[in-house]
Amino acid sequence: MAATKRKPASRGNSKKQSSKKDSSPRPASGSNTAIEFTSEEEIDAYKRMLLIRRFEEKAGQLYGMGFIGGFCHLYIGQEAVVTGMQMAANEGDQVITSYRDHGHMLACDMDPKGVMAELTGRATGYSRGKGGSMHMFSREKNFYGGHGIVGAQVSLGTGLAFANKYRDDGSVSMTYFGEGALNQGQVYESFNMAALWKLPVIYVLENNQYAMGTSVTRAAAKSEELYNRGSVYGIPGEQVDGMDVRAVRAAGARALAHCRDGEGPYILEMRTYRYRGHSMSDPAKYRSRDEVKDMREHHDPIEQCRVRIVDAGVADEAVLKDFDKEIRATVNEAAEFAQTGPEPDPAELWTDILV
Amino acid sequence: MAVQILMPALSPTMEEGTLAKWLVKEGDSVTSGDIIAEIETDKATMEVEAVDEGVVGRILVAEGTENVPVNAPIAELLGDGEEASEAPAPVTAPDPAPAPAGETVEAPVTAPAYVSVPLEADLPEGTAMVEMTVRDALNAAMREEMRADADVFLIGEEVAEYQGAYKISQGMLEEFGPERVIDTPITEHGFTGLATGAALSGLKPIVEFMTFNFAMQAIDHIINSAAKTLYMSGGQLGCSIVFRGANGAAARVGAQHSQDYAPWYANVPGLKVVSPYSAADAKGLLKSAIRDPNPVIFLENEILYGQTFEVPDIEDWIVPIGKAKIERPGADVTLVAWSHAMTYALEATGQLTADGVDVELIDLRTIRPMDMETILTSVRKTGRIVIVEEGWPQCGVSAEIAARVTQQAFDYLDAPPATVAGKDVPMPYAANLEKLALPNTAEVIEAVKSVSYR
Repeated sequence: MAATKRKPASRGNSKKQSSKKDSSPRPASGSNTAIEFTSEEEIDAYKRMLLIRRFEEKAGQLYGMGFIGGFCHLYIGQEAVVTGMQMAANEGDQVITSYRDHGHMLACDMDPKGVMAELTGRATGYSRGKGGSMHMFSREKNFYGGHGIVGAQVSLGTGLAFANKYRDDGSVSMTYFGEGALNQGQVYESFNMAALWKLPVIYVLENNQYAMGTSVTRAAAKSEELYNRGSVYGIPGEQVDGMDVRAVRAAGARALAHCRDGEGPYILEMRTYRYRGHSMSDPAKYRSRDEVKDMREHHDPIEQCRVRIVDAGVADEAVLKDFDKEIRATVNEAAEFAQTGPEPDPAELWTDILV
Repeated sequence: MAVQILMPALSPTMEEGTLAKWLVKEGDSVTSGDIIAEIETDKATMEVEAVDEGVVGRILVAEGTENVPVNAPIAELLGDGEEASEAPAPVTAPDPAPAPAGETVEAPVTAPAYVSVPLEADLPEGTAMVEMTVRDALNAAMREEMRADADVFLIGEEVAEYQGAYKISQGMLEEFGPERVIDTPITEHGFTGLATGAALSGLKPIVEFMTFNFAMQAIDHIINSAAKTLYMSGGQLGCSIVFRGANGAAARVGAQHSQDYAPWYANVPGLKVVSPYSAADAKGLLKSAIRDPNPVIFLENEILYGQTFEVPDIEDWIVPIGKAKIERPGADVTLVAWSHAMTYALEATGQLTADGVDVELIDLRTIRPMDMETILTSVRKTGRIVIVEEGWPQCGVSAEIAARVTQQAFDYLDAPPATVAGKDVPMPYAANLEKLALPNTAEVIEAVKSVSYR
């Protein structure tokens, strides 16, 4: 059964939730039933999400200490989105996203040490210190960045899907972007071509409610149903509780199957929330403390998972504490690696400009 | 009185065409809108419609006649009761409407232009030459590379079923099919991003822009996504892609369709920028560009598409990117140009050498990486340099070359470097103003004389 209601573009929308005409930020939770996880899956999801959370907290800390420069956009609060999607994906499926990319890299099994060392601008980072927080890539792990121009990755991700179709290799491009990027023109240029040519691409719209300081209700027409933005192109879309990793995985599985069946693109609007500011220098004055507090206390993806694990007796608090310890150790090791690694050799200034 | 039907101009750059077929014969009645003939230009076969009503009198140009000049009478149309005249058919076109004269007084150019030929040094002994247009050379380059590498594909507006807006991709859909010759919607930003994404995953797209003016919509992907990713990824993620299309002024297409983007792209590390003049270079450089693992901006010129040059008739004719060509060795003055500006430079070289000035003419061919070694070696010999460019003067390629020559060969200079560039104005539409906005041969001759203190 479906965790969320599918909204085929050809049908009228079923007005899920929007009948309340409450446009305040909230995940699309409550009415949905997610596909249940096995015990192993719950534990797996929990650990993956916790790694992202702890990693990002550490990154924030290192930023405050001056080890990380420039822009640093944290993924805290949104962990369930990329975790659930990766749980549904196959080897060979690509991931491409914006500058809020640390979580995606960890979810693609990139090495936390290499990611953190890139944040600190060291030679041991994924881009040898030349990309930074927003620009990391791993062809080996099928992670295609890390892009700093809002919306650019949508066309690029559509191109990854084009390549999949050209090669007929059955892979799917999972193209992530925020609800802010959704208003860029090239998103619709991409929707048009993807639908026209039936490209295997899932547009994973991470609707975290705020494009920097602008609430989605101030930026997007019909902001309560962004999943529907592809409907004129015949692209099916659905709204997903992006705070529930099970709902995400279930929706991801449906979208992946659709793409692999040669049916073309699919839009998943993940209703999610970022707890931190847009970037480290954002005081987040555009929303109330209570709003953030409510999300943290009542919708946190990791806490939901933890409660399920404990309630079902899959693991007790002591075991979970051990997981936390293990993950903290991994993150601390990454931080240590990132702080002690060498800066790039000055000669690196002149390398990698051309092949 | 009988109305003369004139050979129509079917594109801004058309000067002559072939009267392929008459669809009416003498004595037929026609009404306006009837198709009376088919005309072939170098780009396409077009139908000619009757404008007026009447009876076809004499047909003045037989079908199959080539090189019929625009505005030449091709038939007579008789009104009611008129008889076909017995006067002999005019054999030449009347003078075209006199273009309003510009303010500049052009020096008379009496000597023939110097003619570009492939460098013998680059060729195996005894290499045969074939005559080929730039258009056919570009087409051949793409076909050869697509036959050799299944990862290469062509994508752009009207490249497939329409056979190319400028017919560069003629016949390619038929040979390679719609999977590899891909018509896009009019969506430059989107399809450039899509092609760049495909390139990041390892394919080798050739992106055709109908003109580079439209690539401004897509320049974010060319620069931010294609040019910078290799560096930002610490060398992990290359982007083998060619962005090609018409660049610079054509003929009276106005300010939004006439810009020369060479300096824009030449400013960007991570890109290669190529701008050939001859068909031989167009073919050899495009093949190099397609094989290059980096993003290459390949700037063509609409006026050159239909021009014919000698191209070496060898299996795999390659011209390396980044190497200028010494078109004519000389001792007195270094003259540098590229793309369509070579037209003025070649004419000027013909005239100047006839006047006793021994010009060393260099076709730059690649703008980035710039072959400064060839230029500097020449300047150290001649002590004088003139650079010709069709684009704007400020922050232009000619200004860049002048600056570098001043920095790196100052002690060898006998005169300040001179530049002849397009005027610092948006391209006007009026024929006389457009002519004034572009460089011309007289200006080049004048500049060469000026640096020679003649």
